[in-house]
Amino acid sequence: MISIIHAAGLALIISASMLAQTAYAETPDEILASIQKEASGTPGFQGLSAARGEIFFKGRHGNDWSCASCHTDNPAATGKHAKTGKIIQALAPSANAERFTNPKKVDKWFKRNCNDVLDRVCTAQEKGDVLSYLLTLKK
Amino acid sequence: MSRQRILPLLAVAVLAASFSVNFVHADDDSEQGSRAKYSGENRGKPLQPKQSNSLFQQECSSCHLAYAPGLLPAASWRKIMAGLDKHFGSDASLDARDNKEITDFLVKHSSNRWSAATAPLRITESAWFKRKHDAHEIDPAVWNNPQVKSPANCAACHPQAERGNFNDDDIKIPK
Repeated sequence: MISIIHAAGLALIISASMLAQTAYAETPDEILASIQKEASGTPGFQGLSAARGEIFFKGRHGNDWSCASCHTDNPAATGKHAKTGKIIQALAPSANAERFTNPKKVDKWFKRNCNDVLDRVCTAQEKGDVLSYLLTLKK
Repeated sequence: MSRQRILPLLAVAVLAASFSVNFVHADDDSEQGSRAKYSGENRGKPLQPKQSNSLFQQECSSCHLAYAPGLLPAASWRKIMAGLDKHFGSDASLDARDNKEITDFLVKHSSNRWSAATAPLRITESAWFKRKHDAHEIDPAVWNNPQVKSPANCAACHPQAERGNFNDDDIKIPK
């Protein structure tokens, strides 16, 4: 009987720790590495550039919005949705440990926001440049 | 029956009728016979189920307040969820699995008092919303207050909107 309880307890601890792991499945560096891998397979790849990422982030691309319209010119600070006014937590991983730790979430938001800002999906090069830029920001 | 005896009876009948009219006015959620309230475009009761859905809360509140499912009929939610890639000018698309879970939740708890064949995409287009926010109810100047921003910004005046509470007693119109 006691061993059954112990086993059940152990199973609980293991599944709890697995849950904790899924909350932060990856690190921003791992996500950057997988974007870089994808980008390096495209023609004309020149390596990732934080400087180019910053220009991309702050510039407009034909539409009214830039990335900075909601995330502000300082992505390490709290932002605000340009239309609804809803608070957007800081985007830079240095200021918000949750950012770029869940590949599904990263894909979801790049798809949505690139469509809003550029009317198309972003290339792996563009995503890699932007994440490189965000990773240079200090809190 | 003599005329003298009919008159008091009539008076009682008229009084009773006026009471029932008053009652209908006081509780504007009640249906009036075959003529449905707000031309059949009425929000549900309750607006929010006791048991919410965490995916709905998380996804819908990323950009705006997670509007309670009872604010719209099922057909509206189906249309909205089928067009998330162009959601009021923004791409709010979800993967198929998450979309289905949230759609099922919204449809299940959609307005249970909506009898019209209409299915607006905007909560603000429904008859009950317009009636409850018309110039008799709210000074039109309120809508120009930058703190209010837009009629979609429920929480500007309904601080507990996130919980589906829009009670008159809890309204706080910003000055």
